[in-house]
Amino acid sequence: MSDTHSQTVSYVRETMLPQAEPPVSNRGAILWLRENLFSGWFNIVLTLVSLYVIYWALAHTLPWVVSGIWNAGSLSECREIRDATLGEGASAACWAVLVDRWQQLMFGFYPSELYWRPVLALVIFLAAIAPVLFAQVPRGALWFTAVSPFVMFWLLWGGSAWFPVAVALGFVLGWAAWRALAPMAGTLVAAIVSAALPIVYWFYTAGPLARELEQVVGIGIEYVPSQDFGGFMLSFIIGIAAIILSLPLGILLALGRQSDLFIINKVSVGFIEIIRGVPLIVWLFTASLLLNYFLPPGTNFDLMLRVIIMVTLFAAAYIAEVVRGGLAALPKGQYEGADSLGLSYWQSMRLIILPQALKISIPGIVNTFIGLFKDTTLVVFIGLFDPIGLSNAIRATTEWNGIYWELFVFIGLLFFICCFSMSRYSLYLEKKLQRGHK
Amino acid sequence: MTTTSEPPKAGFHPSQLIYDTRYRSLTIQVIAFIALMLGLSWLVSNTVANLQALGKDFDFGFLGQRAGYDINQRLVEYDSTSSHARAALVGILNTLLVAVLGCALATVIGVLAGVLRLSKNWLIAKLMAVYVEGFRNIPLLLWILLIFALMTEATPQPRDFREGGDAAMILGDTVAITNRGVFIPAPFWGAGAGILLAVLLLSLVAIFFWRRYAHRTQEQTGRILPIGWGTLGLLLVPVTVAFLALSLTSGRQVQPVLATGASEGMTLADYAGSQQAINACTVPFSTESLNLRRLMRANDLRFNLVPVADGAEAIAAAEAGRCNILSLPASTIAASVPAGAVALSDTITRGNPVEFERPILGGFNFEGGLQLRNSLIALWLALSLYTGAFIAENVRGGILSVSKGQTEAAFALGIKPSRTMRLVILPQALRVIIPPMISQYLNLTKNSSLAIAVGYMDVRSTLGGITINQTGKELEGMLLLGLFYLVTSLVISGAMNVYNSSVKLKER
Repeated sequence: MSDTHSQTVSYVRETMLPQAEPPVSNRGAILWLRENLFSGWFNIVLTLVSLYVIYWALAHTLPWVVSGIWNAGSLSECREIRDATLGEGASAACWAVLVDRWQQLMFGFYPSELYWRPVLALVIFLAAIAPVLFAQVPRGALWFTAVSPFVMFWLLWGGSAWFPVAVALGFVLGWAAWRALAPMAGTLVAAIVSAALPIVYWFYTAGPLARELEQVVGIGIEYVPSQDFGGFMLSFIIGIAAIILSLPLGILLALGRQSDLFIINKVSVGFIEIIRGVPLIVWLFTASLLLNYFLPPGTNFDLMLRVIIMVTLFAAAYIAEVVRGGLAALPKGQYEGADSLGLSYWQSMRLIILPQALKISIPGIVNTFIGLFKDTTLVVFIGLFDPIGLSNAIRATTEWNGIYWELFVFIGLLFFICCFSMSRYSLYLEKKLQRGHK
Repeated sequence: MTTTSEPPKAGFHPSQLIYDTRYRSLTIQVIAFIALMLGLSWLVSNTVANLQALGKDFDFGFLGQRAGYDINQRLVEYDSTSSHARAALVGILNTLLVAVLGCALATVIGVLAGVLRLSKNWLIAKLMAVYVEGFRNIPLLLWILLIFALMTEATPQPRDFREGGDAAMILGDTVAITNRGVFIPAPFWGAGAGILLAVLLLSLVAIFFWRRYAHRTQEQTGRILPIGWGTLGLLLVPVTVAFLALSLTSGRQVQPVLATGASEGMTLADYAGSQQAINACTVPFSTESLNLRRLMRANDLRFNLVPVADGAEAIAAAEAGRCNILSLPASTIAASVPAGAVALSDTITRGNPVEFERPILGGFNFEGGLQLRNSLIALWLALSLYTGAFIAENVRGGILSVSKGQTEAAFALGIKPSRTMRLVILPQALRVIIPPMISQYLNLTKNSSLAIAVGYMDVRSTLGGITINQTGKELEGMLLLGLFYLVTSLVISGAMNVYNSSVKLKER
C-alpha cells in the first residue's frame, strides 16, 4: 500500500486561480434559454410548437393591423385605398370605421353637444370611488362619495335637479328616524320604522315635492331619455349601478342564508337558488316581457331601470354565495368570541365577522363583478344599444356594410382593459389585506 | 354546582316580544312572513288584474297546439305540424347537445391549458396565460359572434371545392369546412352492429372486474398487475376481432337489389332508363342504404330516398307504389319480396357493422355525411374556449394546492413519477378541482342560452322565443323555460354534492 503514494506530484499550484465566469453555456441568456425553453426533448417540442403558433397568429394578424387604413368615409372607400396603395386584395384593417363612429360606440345616440355630461359623470365617479378603493385618500371624501350617485344621475339624465334631491331626502329621513328612535324604542322598532318611512315618502311625497320645488325655483338641464343611451356609456352605467347595489344586497342575502331564523333562511335560500339556476338572458326577457304583468295595471317604467334591477338581483345572488363561502371559512371561535363579548348580532357582524369574511371573499366578489360587467352585453337582446348592438347598427348602414373584425377588436379591447384592471386591483387588495399568515 | 339564577317568575309581558331574545326571533320571523305574504299577494293580484285586462288566461293548453314553424337542427322527428311541446323538446335536446359537447371540449382544453400554464417552459406558460386572460376578460357574446363571423365570412363556399377551386377538404378528404357548416363523415349501421355494441359493453364489464381484481391482488399480495395495458387490451381486442369477423362473414354477403316493374336480370342502368324517377326505400343510417346509394351514384343516377323504419315497412311502401327500388337482406324469404318486384343483375354487399360515408360535393352543396351547422360550431367552440379558460384556472389552483412535500414523500418511498401523479397528486388535486369545475359546467349550460346570438335553435329559441311570439303566452312560456333551467341546474349541483361527499376527507 505504501507505494501508492510513493510518487510525489510533480507540480502543485500554490496560488488560487482568479474567479472565472461560468462557461458561456451556463450563464446569462443562454442558460435561461436552456433551462426554460430547451431543457429536454419534450420541452423543445413544446417550444417549437408554441413558436409556430405565435408566428402563425402574428403572420395572420400583424400585417392586417399595421397596414390598417385610418382615413376613409366608407368600407368601399377603404378598399379602394387599399387596392391603390397595398395592391389588390391585400390584408388591411379598416380602422377608419372607428375614427368615423367612435363617438357612437362610446355614447350611443346621446346628443353630441352634451357629451361633456357623461364625461363629467365619469370623472365624478372616479373621484367618488377613490376613497373606497384606496386607503390613502382622506376619509372625509366619503361624504362626496355618498352624494355622488345623485349628482351623476342628474348629469346623465338631466331634467329637474329637485328630483334627485327629493330622492336623497328619503335617505336622510330614514337616517334621522333611526337616530331618533334607536335610543328610545330599541333597535328592532327603529329599524322597521327607518325602513318603512322612506318607502312611504318615496311613493307618496317625493314626486309632488320635487314638482312643487321645481315650480318655486326651477333648476334644470336638458332631459335625455334612456332610449338615447348606448355604447360603452350604457355598459358602464348598468355595470356600475348593479355593482354598487348588488354588494350590500348580496351580503344581506348571505347573512340570511346563514341565519338561524327559519323563514328568513328559507326565503334567502329559495331566492338565491332560483336566481342562480336560470340564465341571465331569461331574467332579462322576464324584465322586458313580464315585469308589466307583476306591477299595478298601467305602470310602465324605464326599460333601462328594469335591466339594472334584474342585473342587480342576479349579481346579488352570486355575491351572496361568495360571501357565504367567506362566512363559512371563518373559524367558529370568531363567532363565539363575538358572542362572549356581549355584542349584538349586528355589532358582531359589523365589527368582527364581516371584515374577515369579506377579506376572504374579495377575489370571488371581484370575479362576480367582472362577470357582471361582461354580462351587460346581453342587453342587446332586449333592444338596448350596448356596444355590440351598436356594432350591428353600424354594420347595417350603407357605408359600413360588411365590417366585422375592426369593431370586434375595438369592443373586445375596451372590455379587456376594464376587466383586466379590475382583476389586477383585486390582486392588489388581496396583497394589501394579507395579515402575514404566510 | 346548582343553578344560581331563578327562572323568571313574572308571567308573559308583551314587551318581551321585542326585548326578550327568546321571543324576539319569533317576532322578527312573523313580521318577515307577513311582509313576504303581502308582497306575494300584491304580485299575484297585479298579475291577475293585468291578465284580465288583456283578456288572457293562464293555461298550458297551447303546448298541444300545432307549432307551425320549422327547426333546422333536430335530434328527434319534428316538422311544422308537430305540437309546441314537441318543439320545446327539440329545443331542450339541442340545448343539452351543445351543453354536453361543450363540457367535454371545455374539460379537455381547460385541463391542457391549466397544466401547460404550470409548465417549466416559459414560452408555453406565457402563451397559456394570454389565452386564459384573453378569454376571461372579454364577454362570451363577443367570442360567439367573432367565431360565428369567422365561420361564415372567412371560410370557402361549397363551390370553391370544385375542380380548380382554391379550397380543399382536410383530414384525407373526409372533412369539409365551408361557410354553410362543417361536413364530417356520417356513421352507418349495418348487420351485426348490435353484436358489436354488446361486445363493447361486455368488455367494459370485463374491464371493471379486471381493475377490481388487480386492486385486490395488489392489496393482498403487493403484486402490481398491468392495469393500464389490461384495460387497453380488453377495450380494443374483442371489439376489433368482432368487427373483423362480422365484416368478413355477414358483411361480405351479397344481396339483390329489388325493383318493381323490372324484368329479371335487367341492369340498374337499363332499369333507370325505363323509369321516370327512382324512389329508393331505405332505412336511414343503415349500411344497405349507404351501399345502394353508392351503387346508384356510381351509375350516375338521380334518385329520391324514401325513409322507412324497417324491411316490412319497405315492402309495404313498395307495394303501395311509394318507391320502386329497394334492397332487403338476401336471407329474406321469397314470400316477403314485394309483389311485382324482381332482382336486378346489380347487387350490393351488406357492408361492415359500422361504415362511414364521406361528404361528397353535390350540385350546390355537400351531400352525404353529417352537416354541423355554423351556429352549432360557433356556439360550441366559443362556449368551450371561454369555459376552458375558467377550468384552466381551477386546474392550476388545484395542482398548486397539493404541497410539494407530497411529491417528495412519494419519491422518498421510491414511487415512480407517473404513479406519484396518479396515486398521490391527482386524488388530492381533484378534490379541489372538481367542485368548481362542475359549477363551470353549470355556467356553460346556462350560457348556452346565448344561442340566440347565432340563431341556434335551443330551448330558449323554440319555447322561449318563437312559441311565445306565436301564442302570446309569455307568462307560461317563460315559466316553463325558467323551470327547465332550474331543474337542470339543481340536477347538476345535486350530482356535485353526491360526488363531493364521496371524495371528502373521511374524518374519524
